[in-house]
Amino acid sequence: MNEIIVSMQGITKSFPGVKALDNVQFELRAGEVMALLGENGAGKSTLMKILSGVYTRDSGTMEIFGKPYGNLTPKQAQEIGVAIIHQELNMCRHLTVAENMFLGREKRQGFVLSDAEMEKEAASVLNELKIDIDPRQVVGDLPVSKQQMVEIAKALSTHARVLIMDEPTSALTSCEIDDLFRIIHKLKEDGCGIVYISHRLEELQHIVDRVTIMRDGQYITSMRFADTTLDQIIAHMVGREIKEKFPRVQCEKGKKVFEVRHLNAGRMVRDVSFELYEGEIVGFAGLMGAGRTETTRAIFGVDPKESGEILLDGHPVQIRGPQDAIQAGIVLAPEDRKKDGLCTKLSIRHNIALPNLDLICNKLGVVSSSKEEKMCERAVQNLKIKTPNVDVDAGNLSGGNQQKVVVSKWLARDSRVVMFDEPTRGIDVAAKVEIYHLMNQLKQQGIAVMFVSSEMPEVMGIADRIIVMCDGRITGEVMASQTTQSEILTLATRFENKFAAEDKGGANA
Amino acid sequence: MNKKSKFKQIMAVRGMGAALTAFVGLIVIYVAFGLIQPQVFSVRNVLNLLRSMSKYLLIGVGQSYLLITGNIDLSIGSVVAMSAMISATLMSSGVSVFIAIMVALVCCLAVGLVNGLLVGKFRLPPFIATMGTMFVGRGVAYMVNGNRNTNAISSGIGKEAADAFQDFFYYGSTAGVYNTFWIALIIFIVFFFLLSKTRTGRHIYAIGSNTDAAKLSGVSVVTTVTKAYMISAFCAFVVGLILCAQAGMGNMEAGNVYEMYGVAAGVIGGVSPLGGTGLLLGTFAGAAVWQTLENGLSMAGAPVGIQRIVIGIIVVGAVLMDIIFRRGLGGHKVPAKKNAGK
Repeated sequence: MNEIIVSMQGITKSFPGVKALDNVQFELRAGEVMALLGENGAGKSTLMKILSGVYTRDSGTMEIFGKPYGNLTPKQAQEIGVAIIHQELNMCRHLTVAENMFLGREKRQGFVLSDAEMEKEAASVLNELKIDIDPRQVVGDLPVSKQQMVEIAKALSTHARVLIMDEPTSALTSCEIDDLFRIIHKLKEDGCGIVYISHRLEELQHIVDRVTIMRDGQYITSMRFADTTLDQIIAHMVGREIKEKFPRVQCEKGKKVFEVRHLNAGRMVRDVSFELYEGEIVGFAGLMGAGRTETTRAIFGVDPKESGEILLDGHPVQIRGPQDAIQAGIVLAPEDRKKDGLCTKLSIRHNIALPNLDLICNKLGVVSSSKEEKMCERAVQNLKIKTPNVDVDAGNLSGGNQQKVVVSKWLARDSRVVMFDEPTRGIDVAAKVEIYHLMNQLKQQGIAVMFVSSEMPEVMGIADRIIVMCDGRITGEVMASQTTQSEILTLATRFENKFAAEDKGGANA
Repeated sequence: MNKKSKFKQIMAVRGMGAALTAFVGLIVIYVAFGLIQPQVFSVRNVLNLLRSMSKYLLIGVGQSYLLITGNIDLSIGSVVAMSAMISATLMSSGVSVFIAIMVALVCCLAVGLVNGLLVGKFRLPPFIATMGTMFVGRGVAYMVNGNRNTNAISSGIGKEAADAFQDFFYYGSTAGVYNTFWIALIIFIVFFFLLSKTRTGRHIYAIGSNTDAAKLSGVSVVTTVTKAYMISAFCAFVVGLILCAQAGMGNMEAGNVYEMYGVAAGVIGGVSPLGGTGLLLGTFAGAAVWQTLENGLSMAGAPVGIQRIVIGIIVVGAVLMDIIFRRGLGGHKVPAKKNAGK
């Protein structure tokens, strides 16, 4: 067995009001991929931020390459060979790829920056990883998935021996995930130690050697991945067995509620037509950037529509902006909760009240606090939002509970169509199941549910009918009970350009 | 390397488009005023123009540094006044020019340091922090000479020394151009180089673009932001000396609202008030646009009120155009390329 390159013992870290880490241990060996698993708030990111010098620990010891270290700064950590790829994209949008990769450790001749040298070196790192990006390109102009690849290249360009990846795949397409795994395998062979944090447990089998599981800021266990099962891992993570990963309720398919006809909006929404019925959840599958988010935005009236018709209960509705959609009862729980879904600095109460002020204000525009109170209490009870009271800032809730607040905003009024855009992204297993239950509830109430998700198993497990998009067009429609992952993938990669289709299909197989 | 690729290379520099647009605007405005009032084209007027724009250029350079880091410095005008009042008070009471200047310099840099620490280290919103130092700085300028403007500096250091000081900063000229402009130009070039070619400059852009990313990459935000505030204070200090030389005395109200002229010069030149982008070349154009407007409008006989209105419209118009331009071209996320490469 290889030497231990990172050893953390008895690590404790408190933030005001919370004990984030309580006597946690962690070990990493050279040449292995260690999955660090746990629910949101289990302390994985905090632990890794201590290892990479972003946070300082309250107590405990830390040895890296056999040498004990006190408090590190990000720069020192980088110098001893620890690199971290953060969960949130951490790029300077206005700088170029090369400038970002060398930020904080620029090469100079005297006082003057040697841009050419840095660009050359950046190009060679990108080449080695087979990432097709010009180092002189401005990062903000790249699609999110490419930015993520740049972030990975940046970490590797420091010649790190310990590489921490915090949810590296959340923004990648399946094709790029394959590339990433190829890179990980190569690093492993070179003797690097890799810490891999992910909520997508299905990914682990491709790369992981060992797992360390944390729960509520405590170390639970470590074991070889080969000696365990996903169910065991999940049981350790949540502290109990989860019976159904994808709870399903059967409903009678009712009348048609919602119809979109020949919707066009920019390059990513081209001639999109579909129908939603009572008593069913319709999944929208596809690769990242297939135009699903853009479709929801166009329907909701955030982005302008070029042409197309939207019908609710058989009657056409004019949607010029989100107000019109909300009035009609068509609502959207957007992809980026923190950016688009919530006012994170406002309380739960104010968040829930915001789109419903028309219901709780009197004619003079004065908010009735009793009505507001009632509305919020009902929402908190119905959706089981875990919070001491409704005056807590929405930003302080866990991801799952934030998602519930986003949804509860819309359930406080009589919505007919609810569009969920990646509602389970970045939230833990238990919270995911609650979101599924929530969608099932809506389904039972006869509300049409549109469910956009890039995670194939969940679309297949929750949706009744699946519409697949690729490159801005609908490329197919299948019944969840009668389809396979590979059929959906084939549809999801049906590009208009035939060569591209073959290429992608091959990479995913 | 042929000419075309050189040109392409220059255009590829971020912010170059906006900066060059400002230069085009400058030429249009200048020619337009020249057609209305031919005297605008006279050599004497050009020389005057260069001298008067020097103040805006210096202020603009300092303020641009802050704007690019995503911050702002409201204390610039007060630092100008401090510089003018402190140096003038000392000189008018007989202290040597050199020592007077040095004392003023130290006091001005101290304001920059405090700004930097308040914003960089203690995380105060820059608007609040520098508004505080703006009031304190103005107060200091008032108190230096006991709540009144100073006497003529020649009354302390003598006519000869006073003339030398005033010639050096304002009335004298070298190679046919007023010294004021040479001073501003040299400082401009130094800070242009610092911003575009050095590590500090790169860090300034990075902080304005994404402070967290910069910090996690090992960039010291405190140091870099403090440097930017001290550069801004230094520029304001030089402007204070110029005003002192121009008047031959210290004026308590010197530099009033200059910080906003700085914002205007930067913004007209394409420096983003949200941080992360902008070239000092643009600031140069912005300062020149500002001065040309002021000069042209007054030579064309427009009352001061009209001048202010036009300038206000130009500043907002420049940013509005920038926003419309960007929405039109970059508003849609660019997923089009995604599949092309495969």
